[in-house]
Amino acid sequence: MSIYQTHITDVLIVGAGLAGERIAVESASQGHDVTLLSLVPPRRSHSTAAQGGMQASLGNCAMGEGDNSDVHFADTVKGSDWGCDQEVARMFVETAPLAVREMAIWGVPWNRVVAGQRKLPDGRVIEEKKEKEGLITARDFGGTAKWRTCYTADGTGHTLQYTMDSMVVKMGITVHDRTEAISLIHDGERCVGVVARCLRTGDLRVYIAKTTVICTGGYGRLYSASTNAVINEGNGMFVALNTGIVPLGNMEAVQFHPTGMVPVWILITEGARGDGGYLLDKNLYRFMPDYEPKKKELASRDVVSRRMTQHMRAGHGVDSPYGPHLWLDIRHLGAQHINTNLREIANIARNFAGVDPVKDLIPVRPTQHYSMGGVRTNKDGAAYGLKNLFAAGEAACWDLHGFNRLGGNSLAETITAGQIIGKKVAEFTKDATLSYSYKLVDDAVKEQENRIKALVHGWNGKESVYEVRNEMEKNLMDYVGIFRNGKDLQTAVNNLQEVYHRSLKIGLKSNGEGPNPELAQALRMTGMVRLALCIAYGALMRTESRGSHAREDYPKRDDTNWLKRTLAYWPEGADLPELKYEPVKITELPPGDRGYGESSAQSKGGK
Amino acid sequence: MADRELTFEIFRYNPAKPEIKPQMQTYKLKETTGMTIFVALNMIREEQDPSLMFDFVCRAAICGSCAMIINGRPKLACKTLTRSLPKKIKLFPLPVFKLIGDLSVDTGTWFRNLSLKTESWVHTSKTFDPTKQEERMDNKTALEIYEAERCIECGCCIAGCATANIRDEFLGAAGINRVARFMVDPRDERTPEQYFEVVGCEEGAFGCMGLMACDDNCPMELPLQMQLAFVRRKMASIGLGVKQESKVKMGVG
Ligand SMILES: Cc1cc2nc3c(=O)[nH]c(=O)nc-3n(C[C@H](O)[C@H](O)[C@H](O)COP(=O)(O)OP(=O)(O)OC[C@H]3O[C@@H](n4cnc5c(N)ncnc54)[C@H](O)[C@@H]3O)c2cc1C
Ligand code: SF4
Ligand code: SF4
Ligand code: FES
Repeated sequence: MSIYQTHITDVLIVGAGLAGERIAVESASQGHDVTLLSLVPPRRSHSTAAQGGMQASLGNCAMGEGDNSDVHFADTVKGSDWGCDQEVARMFVETAPLAVREMAIWGVPWNRVVAGQRKLPDGRVIEEKKEKEGLITARDFGGTAKWRTCYTADGTGHTLQYTMDSMVVKMGITVHDRTEAISLIHDGERCVGVVARCLRTGDLRVYIAKTTVICTGGYGRLYSASTNAVINEGNGMFVALNTGIVPLGNMEAVQFHPTGMVPVWILITEGARGDGGYLLDKNLYRFMPDYEPKKKELASRDVVSRRMTQHMRAGHGVDSPYGPHLWLDIRHLGAQHINTNLREIANIARNFAGVDPVKDLIPVRPTQHYSMGGVRTNKDGAAYGLKNLFAAGEAACWDLHGFNRLGGNSLAETITAGQIIGKKVAEFTKDATLSYSYKLVDDAVKEQENRIKALVHGWNGKESVYEVRNEMEKNLMDYVGIFRNGKDLQTAVNNLQEVYHRSLKIGLKSNGEGPNPELAQALRMTGMVRLALCIAYGALMRTESRGSHAREDYPKRDDTNWLKRTLAYWPEGADLPELKYEPVKITELPPGDRGYGESSAQSKGGK
Repeated sequence: MADRELTFEIFRYNPAKPEIKPQMQTYKLKETTGMTIFVALNMIREEQDPSLMFDFVCRAAICGSCAMIINGRPKLACKTLTRSLPKKIKLFPLPVFKLIGDLSVDTGTWFRNLSLKTESWVHTSKTFDPTKQEERMDNKTALEIYEAERCIECGCCIAGCATANIRDEFLGAAGINRVARFMVDPRDERTPEQYFEVVGCEEGAFGCMGLMACDDNCPMELPLQMQLAFVRRKMASIGLGVKQESKVKMGVG
């Protein structure tokens, strides 16, 4: 038999971002033995990178006055373009304020209300009330009726993750970092844990648990240009998909941001355009007024992204070794303004692209930003298809965001879901028993050992993992981007099917020994291409436009036929996902007009 | 700067293969506009040497994963433009931390240990009451806490510190800054004497020789010099038996 380390625990959480750690804290505080796995030390998780903030309807600041969970609910459902699960949205908005307050007790230094008058950049004067002084304040974010986004300076994700992790450390919860789950162990009915690979030594390990929870974050890195951390490769999603019985929900729902900086794809916030920045093409021509005479650069996020892509497709992009891009010009705002009001943007441009925006143009391109889809769960966070398996955070389709996420609703989701689903996980685990067959586990490990051997020896072929990856990224970026049409999507599906077959023939160039990074990438590659196909094929079949899913050939939302959620399965031996659909349940707010396109939503603030 | 050909000399060692001695390996790469060490290392791995080990997560100077010694100085590789360097670029892993392979080191274990040693969580007797409004805090205090909490655990201050290089258990500037983070937090109910237990020793504030390599190297530009002086002063006075009136007065700087 194979020799491997086995770890047994009550609750196994794959992923130590905010969602995973919050569930860990909940489960541990209810007396369960908990083990967290993570590719990196928890504090390096992608959650740390969020700067903007976390939504909760505390209503403490002047512009948040009168806010409550009903208003937050309406914003969230509208934002989702009625694609979300309203029962989930309701639980979420009721819990978010508690989540923010609890994080305050645990140590997050939320910014607080300062009494007195204040002038906003647009000239309005607001007055913060004396009696609210010292309570948690909020800032403006796109798509919300009230100022509701709680924050800590420009480091909200950092302070949340560090505080959450301090609870994990305090409670002595076991964390195995640099450990990657590479497959689920299951018998077709129940999940009993995972096979993992140690990224320090390259050894395989087995984790057995009563309950397994997937909290592995988003899949931004399937696209060649993404604002996401480089570890956001959708791991947890394809590990679930690979079972053949766990479906992913709404994978075609992908959010883009207009201005990721080339070539490192770091986010340049809308603030730059809000303050008067222009977009220019390769001839230094300002093209946005041609497309959007009224709003120009300040049209909503998705509109600007679409126009930019359109313009580049027409051949007006600037060529670069990293593909075509456009320019963001803020030079006319002057050194004084740039170095004070836009200091953060200026520093990012200087540090990461080596351009000084006082005298240089900033290279930008629309960039993948958030994945609304993920492991489909019910409202308790239990995955469809397999018992004893849960999912939460960006890796899940719980389905709070439907077809478009509002800024600030994602950090709030991680912690709120962590609380709500964490309780369900703890309850479930109390009644669960640990039972598994030795053979089941052994077979699961052998399967992975064989995959590794095949890759190392090139038994199935000699395809380069990086070429396969680049092809996949390019196809998604070029054909399944910001705006979509039947022809392009069909091209993407055809190409990706070919890429998929190539991914089955990867052979390593290096020897694969120890914590070899090429092997790590190769082990993920087939799963990643499967996700890419779920996105492309789901988008091809969805013949309407909803939220971030914008079809040029079907520009209208079609509630008659498409008020439903896509479920993507990967049957054994297939080279295309099998799509099923389930209706979106409407409990409170019937479908109506989103009020987008004008200024109301998505056009300001946020990240 | 256009069309420079860069020569990278990179430290190679895989602890899993101790029979192969540590060595420097050379790679050549054509420089592109806006190229950072992050971009360069990925190009090398994809086009020349897929076995090369290094760490990046956020590639935006937020997560602290990518610190390494770049031409002799500890720096974040994602935030270092090749343009700011000569044609020859030497890369070593950070010292002090356990080597995982090539440029990759285990900062995670080191920092979790630091969190445990300094008990880096808010010590409070209060529990969360969901029916109550949050407790008030002065915004100035909130910002002050955030200022001390901005450390991203990259390890640059540790790698460049003479004491940390010779004394295994030394908390380093990051550790002392961490203690200051909780000292300024009014929610933390620890007394000065309790803090003394943590940092009033050779492994803590008294091990520091004050040469300030840490301060120079911190990519977050944390005022480490000030934090060290602040904590040392507090510790010295407690050590001498001077009674603190109230910990609320312990503002940083
Ligand atoms: C630039 C940027 C700014 C953002 N700003 C905001 C904001 O201001 N407000 C907001 O609400 N949202 C924001 N978001 C979105 C938000 O940050 C994320 O959606 C959220 O942090 C996801 O948290 P998570 O816990 O689900 O996953 P993550 O934080 O991504 O954590 C995933 C975890 O899973 C681990 N993992 C992954 N795969 C495996 C595996 N196979 N085995 C073991 N472990 C694994 C990783 O190591 C990591 O610990 C932003 C996103 C970006 C890209
Ligand atoms: S000042 Fe102290 S902590 Fe900083 S580098 Fe010198 S010895 Fe290390
Ligand atoms: S104090 Fe600065 S140099 Fe030291 S670990 Fe923190 S961020 Fe890095
Ligand atoms: S990769 Fe995150 S700091 Fe450099």
